[in-house]
Amino acid sequence: MPILFELVTPEALLVSQEVDMVVVPGTEGNFGVLPGHAPLISTIRPGTIDIYEGAAITERIFVVGGIAEVTPERCTVLADDAMEPDSLDRGATEAELQAIEGNLPGLRDQAARAAGPERERLLLDLRQLEREQNVARAKLQAIAEIAR
Amino acid sequence: MPSLKDLRVRIRSVRSTQKITAAMKMVAASRLRRAQEQAEAARPYALRMERVLGSLAGGMVGQPGAPPLLAGTGKDAVHLVVVATSDRGLAGGFNATILREARRRIRDLDNAGKTVKILTIGRKGRDSLRRDYSRLIHDSLTEIGRRRVSFEEARDIAARVLALYAAGEFDVCTIVFNRFRSAITQIVTVQQLIPFAPPASDAAAADLGGAVYEFEPSEEEILGELLPNNLAVQIYTALLENAASEQGARMTAMDNATRNAGDMIDRLTMNYNRTRQAVITKELIEIISGAEAL
Repeated sequence: MPILFELVTPEALLVSQEVDMVVVPGTEGNFGVLPGHAPLISTIRPGTIDIYEGAAITERIFVVGGIAEVTPERCTVLADDAMEPDSLDRGATEAELQAIEGNLPGLRDQAARAAGPERERLLLDLRQLEREQNVARAKLQAIAEIAR
Repeated sequence: MPSLKDLRVRIRSVRSTQKITAAMKMVAASRLRRAQEQAEAARPYALRMERVLGSLAGGMVGQPGAPPLLAGTGKDAVHLVVVATSDRGLAGGFNATILREARRRIRDLDNAGKTVKILTIGRKGRDSLRRDYSRLIHDSLTEIGRRRVSFEEARDIAARVLALYAAGEFDVCTIVFNRFRSAITQIVTVQQLIPFAPPASDAAAADLGGAVYEFEPSEEEILGELLPNNLAVQIYTALLENAASEQGARMTAMDNATRNAGDMIDRLTMNYNRTRQAVITKELIEIISGAEAL
């Protein structure tokens, strides 16, 4: 008995197909979803979703965070953005990560010194940048996994 | 009575206007199709988001631990009105209806003693509201969705609104935009963004046959992640609806303009022919009466 797997981003419905199992990168660890799974809502960290037919991975999709909703018949992933792992570029991602890591200490410093609304704004920026850092790291990890 | 030459010039000018309006209509029609497709593509995400939020937020409303995006600030003193219009005109009543509704709302809030702040999206809204309410306008964004509305842009706008909210600049946020019904009808809509009113959770509960979701991590944390994202989705949906409405309104307006130009050309041509015949008759009479006088 297969399970309906759906992957949607704000701009489109990307995948809607029956699969045997999917492995989703939850914030608190990967979890596999088989038919009859207990109802669950979980946040997702940046990483790859693996789709299984039988015992083999037939498709992998990189997502940059979002949320997964699981019911016994269905697994719906609301991703902020999704892409094919093959389309990720190692060099560009490394450069991106480097740029982010170069900016982080300065921003952290600024946020620590600022006060009032300015501080709130800087903290929001900081959180955004940290999120981007995580995404870039996860991308590199996905690239490494694909290469293996 | 205009001379033959005047009429000829006039007809030519109306004809070229008609060509322009016909071309604009075609462009609007193709853009409308694209905008509709895009709105269609965005619907699944919004629907599922609503379902998840419904099952999550239903139990959270009114509880002390509820996040401020859901519970509000507990006050109702400062309102942020987001007015979404287009950058370009010549779209029939599209901008006028939005602006009329926005003005009415601003006036009502003002009369009720609330402080109003305005965030305009689109050049038309900025230009019009700047005349009466320039001191209320907090910020103006233009060139949003110039080629196509992207989720990125919606997220940027949401981030601005969230930053203002986090800084305690307002208590309630609403957005005014046109909801697309058809190319002829657009419905001006006022939607409350903050605090977020969750949809009824009945549908989600029925779906599970009474079972309860597990949450990983906690409900609060998921909501904390989901609500800002939901704000972006709501804005994105509004922008898409607006984009489709704009093209629909423009298409209808340009269709009417093309037809009116056609009518005008017919009238002018009739006038032209009459005048031409009158001139010929007059010349004949002059020749005949000249010959008779000999």
